[in-house]
Amino acid sequence: MDATALLLSRLQFAFTISFHIIFPSFTIGLAAWLTVLEALHLRTGKPVYRGLFEFWLKIFGVAFGMGVVSGVVMAFQFGTNWSVLSKMSGPIQGPLLSYETFTAFMLEASFFGILIFGRNRVAPWFYLFSTAMVGLGTTLSAFWIMTNNSWMQAPVGYVLQNGQFVPDDWVKILFNRVVWVRFPHMLIASYLTGAFCVAATGAWYLLRRTYYAEARVMLRMGLSLAAVLLPIQLFIGHLVGDYVHDYQPAKFAAIEARWHDEQPASEVLIAIPDPSTESNKYAISIPVLGSIIGSMSLTSKEVGLTSFPPQDRPPVIIPFFTFRIMVGCGLVMLGLAWLGTYLSFKHRLERSRLLLWGIFLSFPLPWIAILTGWYTAEVGRQPWTVYGVLRTADSMTPFLTASAAMTTLILFVAVYAFIFSFGTYYIYRLLRAGPGGIPTAAPETAAPNRPMSLADRPAGARSYISAGE
Amino acid sequence: MVMFWVALLAISILIYLLLDGFDLGVGMLFGLTKSKSDRNEMLHTVAPVWDGNETWLVVAGVILWGAFPAAYSMLLSVFYIPVIVMLLGLILRGVAFEFRNKALASRWVWDFCFSAGSLAATFMQGAMVGALVEGLQFTNGEYSGGALGWLSAFSVLCGVGLCLGYALLGACWLVRKSEGSVRATARRQIPFLAIGVLVFLVVVFAHALAENLPILQRWIDRPYLFVFPAVGAGAALVLATSILRHDDYWPFHMVATIFVTAFGTLALSFWPYMIPSVITIEEAAAPHSSLAFMFWGEGLFVFPLMLLYIVIGYRVFRGKVGPMTDHY
Ligand code: HDD
Ligand code: HEM
Ligand code: HEM
Repeated sequence: MDATALLLSRLQFAFTISFHIIFPSFTIGLAAWLTVLEALHLRTGKPVYRGLFEFWLKIFGVAFGMGVVSGVVMAFQFGTNWSVLSKMSGPIQGPLLSYETFTAFMLEASFFGILIFGRNRVAPWFYLFSTAMVGLGTTLSAFWIMTNNSWMQAPVGYVLQNGQFVPDDWVKILFNRVVWVRFPHMLIASYLTGAFCVAATGAWYLLRRTYYAEARVMLRMGLSLAAVLLPIQLFIGHLVGDYVHDYQPAKFAAIEARWHDEQPASEVLIAIPDPSTESNKYAISIPVLGSIIGSMSLTSKEVGLTSFPPQDRPPVIIPFFTFRIMVGCGLVMLGLAWLGTYLSFKHRLERSRLLLWGIFLSFPLPWIAILTGWYTAEVGRQPWTVYGVLRTADSMTPFLTASAAMTTLILFVAVYAFIFSFGTYYIYRLLRAGPGGIPTAAPETAAPNRPMSLADRPAGARSYISAGE
Repeated sequence: MVMFWVALLAISILIYLLLDGFDLGVGMLFGLTKSKSDRNEMLHTVAPVWDGNETWLVVAGVILWGAFPAAYSMLLSVFYIPVIVMLLGLILRGVAFEFRNKALASRWVWDFCFSAGSLAATFMQGAMVGALVEGLQFTNGEYSGGALGWLSAFSVLCGVGLCLGYALLGACWLVRKSEGSVRATARRQIPFLAIGVLVFLVVVFAHALAENLPILQRWIDRPYLFVFPAVGAGAALVLATSILRHDDYWPFHMVATIFVTAFGTLALSFWPYMIPSVITIEEAAAPHSSLAFMFWGEGLFVFPLMLLYIVIGYRVFRGKVGPMTDHY
């Protein structure tokens, strides 16, 4: 067992999954929005919906591609770096991930091709169906992966046999309280990402005084969706906190920076936790609120970190701050969404340039909330990979050397930095060009930039209009 | 249950080999041409289906994890470097599909990534199979070969061999899906690639004889296995005649048949091991409760659906593609 290899593997996992989650959280929301646009277009026939659809589809394509390739890495990283974990928990995590692949990845990957290339090859209803299938796939994917991770956070329904976690109750694994609060929390977080990106793009066009029609639709749809979802998200966030309180008291204490047992407990709003003295510096706290949040009571006793042996305590500083950043992002988004929706009902939004700037600049907030939320959940889970049963240090591939781990970490950082910078640049350029669009590259043959349309098909090529033919 | 999942694993790997095989092969051949319109057309023959193709790698991977966790954890950790290089190759070629249409001045970067990524991924796949055939170093059930234990002359040879094989499959795919200069080029490449693959197979066989690899022993014990190579040889003959007749349809199917027989040969010579002489299928299998959970849902109902997706995808995009511009 090599301590540096362990650290490097953790860094590598954190890096690759953080990179990965950026794209799913965007594409889950976007796929749903595309389905809505396509359905609206089919119903109303308004060209603005079609224009928006084609526009966001291009962005979707780039983000989806990056999500897929970074996700394939994740599916194998359990085995490469965490072979002990993957061997022990394979009987539970493996089937869950395989359900994800069978029901979700295959669905979205297969219909993605039709979505991008098939507009003129299939009947309109089938095209809408394909869009919806991609959306369904991304949502199912979120469900299975949250089940998977929730089992690691709060393992249930298993017995330990011959060094393996043997499932003995799948119902418990799939339908427990932890899954059913964390899955909605993640799903709504993704919808919020989509909503804020759409709204921010609308605000940007209004600020630049272009694409008025599209911008208005984007702002109205994005903001009102966010305005509805945010209070729900904050409430579900509270329920997520409840599960942490009940199942992972050490994590809860770390999030609250509560070093010692308290009765009734106070709530630390902000402070600088100091692990060396096991106390908080510059703390601002509210008495009794801690007991109310933790147990809905005025008198309950809340557990502090020092009640746990040092080797079982998670780091404090990261979960403490990341949790507050997530909640802070949520509150700022709530303010923006409500104010924006209110003003847009009053038809005053277009003139409030300050608010438009605020909405435009808020597009990173959902991503920040999602990443910090995951850091809270994952760093707070330490030192365990399977909570309370298997330690991170014991999960690693035993013969992995620091030099091998270092090499691959450098490779990942280099390749990801490379594709990320180009990817964001291309997305930026698409967004900047707007729904009117530029042809994305100079056409190279005489055919116009609609390669699939029947008229352009070269002689001899067979053409098909509908899937069924 | 165990047998069901072995079968599904084998089918999934085979589907992956065939589908991503031609797709990676097109990627490698893509690097050999300079013509812009040819490149566009080549890309177009695979662009709508590559994502689905690559997902079969994930399918095989997660069946391995869910149904044979011991083999999954052992294989991936032993092949640490090649797996990760393969994944990085797949990343670079995968993003190239979307990026190259968005790029203006930097398009050559993605063209390069597309073929180099395809090459790296293929080579690593071949090298890993080669290392498995040759046998890895274990002491008391623990891997002890080090980070580069998979690297040997033989595994390199297998890496090169798989590159030739995928390229051959890719060339046949292009012949089937395209016209004009792309088809003409691919037609010219097929004989060279086919001969290359043949030479490779002969060398591997000679090497196996000379080194007396453990796998060879199994062949001598089970002479009926020679049915597979025989069918493969038959397919090679049909391939040769169909090329001579300038047929567009048959070469792909014949090369696919050769792949199936080669895969069958290999799989049967591993039997009953998953990792030759280290882990058997029974030892690697997950407990019954896991296998049953997978069987009653995804195995019985979703797997057929996945096959249906392939059919839908390839039906919607059937027929030849012409020289195309970009897809938006
Ligand atoms: C809540 C969402 C979420 C989370 C936490 C994860 N993923 Fe993911 N993943 C998706 C949501 C998603 C998605 C929405 O389904 C993707 C993103 C790209 C795409 O846009 O589809 C996807 C793609 C994707 C793919 C490619 C599928 C294909 O070939 O089409 C794989 C193999 C994984 N993921 C695997 C993982 C693993 C092993 C994870 C955890 C360690 C993980 N994902 C976390
Ligand atoms: C998608 C959002 C996710 C993010 C941003 C994230 C982030 C992180 C971070 C930062 C760590 C390192 C913690 C530490 O070492 O202190 C970690 C560890 C880990 N996570 Fe996640 N995670 C995510 C999702 C998942 C999912 C869905 C799973 C499993 C199904 C998972 C499994 C693991 C495992 C096995 C580790 C152990 C390695 C380690 O402790 O470093 N993660 N994750
Ligand atoms: C008042 C507001 C919120 C509260 C009380 C809250 C609560 C929590 C808690 C306690 C966790 C840790 C769960 C764990 O350890 O497993 C968490 C995780 C997370 N949060 Fe929040 N949250 C809030 C707002 C938000 C917002 C606005 C977003 C995104 C837009 C968000 C996204 C996430 C994500 C992605 C995770 C990681 C996934 C998970 O563990 O479920 N949260 N949240």
